[in-house]
Amino acid sequence: MSETLAHTAQSASEILRRRERWQIWEVALWIIAFAAIFVLPSHMLILTEIAILALFALSLDLILGYAGIVSLGHTAFFGLGAYVAGILARDYTGEPVTGLLVAGLVTGAFGFLSSFLVLRGSDLTRLMTTFGVAMLLAEVANQAAWLTGGADGLSGVMMTPILGLFEFDLWGRTGYIYVLLVLMILAFIARRIVNSPYGLSLKAIKRNSRRASMLGISPTRRIVVIYSIAAAYAGMAGALLTQTTSFVSPDVLAFHRSADVLLVLVIGGTGYLYGGIFGAIVFTLLRDWLSVITPQYWMFWIGLILIAIVMIGRERVAGWRNLLPGQRKSRKAAPLAVEDAP
Amino acid sequence: MLTILFDGIAYGMLLFILACGLSITLGLMNFVNLAHGAFAMAGGYVTVIMMNRYGLSFYWCLPASFFICALIGGVLERTLYRRLYGASHLDQVLFSIGLVFMSIAAVDYFMGGQQQLINLPAELKGRFDVLGVGIGRYRLFIIAICAVLAIILQLALTKTRFGSQLRAAVDDGRVARGLGVKVSAIFALTFALGSGLAGLGGALGADMLGLDPSFPLKFLIYFMIVVTVGGTSSITGPFIAALLLGIADVGGKYYVPQLGAFIIYAVMIAVLILKPHGLFGRESGR
Repeated sequence: MSETLAHTAQSASEILRRRERWQIWEVALWIIAFAAIFVLPSHMLILTEIAILALFALSLDLILGYAGIVSLGHTAFFGLGAYVAGILARDYTGEPVTGLLVAGLVTGAFGFLSSFLVLRGSDLTRLMTTFGVAMLLAEVANQAAWLTGGADGLSGVMMTPILGLFEFDLWGRTGYIYVLLVLMILAFIARRIVNSPYGLSLKAIKRNSRRASMLGISPTRRIVVIYSIAAAYAGMAGALLTQTTSFVSPDVLAFHRSADVLLVLVIGGTGYLYGGIFGAIVFTLLRDWLSVITPQYWMFWIGLILIAIVMIGRERVAGWRNLLPGQRKSRKAAPLAVEDAP
Repeated sequence: MLTILFDGIAYGMLLFILACGLSITLGLMNFVNLAHGAFAMAGGYVTVIMMNRYGLSFYWCLPASFFICALIGGVLERTLYRRLYGASHLDQVLFSIGLVFMSIAAVDYFMGGQQQLINLPAELKGRFDVLGVGIGRYRLFIIAICAVLAIILQLALTKTRFGSQLRAAVDDGRVARGLGVKVSAIFALTFALGSGLAGLGGALGADMLGLDPSFPLKFLIYFMIVVTVGGTSSITGPFIAALLLGIADVGGKYYVPQLGAFIIYAVMIAVLILKPHGLFGRESGR
């Protein structure tokens, strides 16, 4: 009896270790991202945009892909982070890393408070409360003009050099390196989180919360924690946007941002963290290309893509990631591994 | 004071007509249709086109927009929506957001992004005084139409054969099918009806709410509030919620304009925390 138990424990930790092992394509992705600094020096701005969107999508993946919470108002945290970083830079200190951490802390705390809203009720109630929170913040940002600049946006954001050493340059090179480093560090932390036993327990809750609680996994605390972490991530993404553009517009809280980030995640696939990064690359390039062809009506095509993805089926669209080297092999070798299918 | 109350009631009635289709698809059929506002917008634009391009009477535009939107709704239901009844809520949300984006861009392309104006018939313009209460004729007209529609809907849902078939289909589709109820046809008809009502609401509201391509997103939150606060088990819940929302919104904008829409969002979140199934909902969450 104890032998089988020991065996189970061993194979479980084996699975955990295997999931945490680095894949070739992951390493390649980061190398390419850093190589872009030298290879594509004239595209720094769009690369920065991609990296910020990737971080934002990654934070949504934490709650959607791992905890199964459908949020229509994830941009609340993004916008809050952007405003916090902007106000901090305008009135107190222009040092980016401080701003980033403060924005992360504030949005994390806000996420902690609002996480109690998503614990209650069905999918529909969650949709409405997340949506409502985002609208509420947008309204506050619009009305509190003395603090946020109202509809004109927050201007007068002056950034000082990062850690007092690296100045933001005109071509956005420093900005890109800074954003990429933040993205990488946060992605590594997220990777640690989701591959830990805690991350696995989240997946269990997502797939069947009643069964999970019967196994002794309490959903409440785990969801609160992951929601707060995701909120902090989104807030830091917003802060990065403020710091690299030196401006905050009320647009950061607009509904279409919440929809965009959902689309990003759906393109890239949910539940394996890199979906946000791949999705952000595809989405940003696509939007750029579309807005060159039809400057005013690119929304139409985005909508069409959304419908097409749903009609074809999300799993099939995101299925290409099985083609990544190492992905399929590891799945075959580990029949015990929890399937990723949502 | 009473004038504001009156305006609020008219506004609430209008919201009810706009949202009651959603309360059926969302509440009864359990489909998260964020594109509901797009149907309302379509109704508004049908009216604008018919009146301003072809010079037809306003009274003809109302039924026309109802039927055209019902037709659009029916066709979309048959071709796209019905595939997603069993899908996850995330899929439904993504799909309907896609539809909203497409409708916004399409309207922008064909009609331009500016606010559309319609010329109401002379007898509906202006206002008169009754005991010191200023009553807008058009608002009275809206209240009358919406009240009649609300009563018809309530009767249709509770008293007719179609209504009981619909409720049966919603409660347990499999059993209803076994009893010979044509569930998919009933869903299609209901969906078309809901879209048609939204279109009618859009046509009526073109003057009061304003009409531009961002309409579906601007009023989405209002529709959702009506449905979630009102609960989804009957017509009365959304009706009362719509009236309350209308009065609160008009009154709030009049007395404390600096708070803007803040109050209604806060109230909605509070209600959803305290009663996740809505003020008048039944406790068994579907």
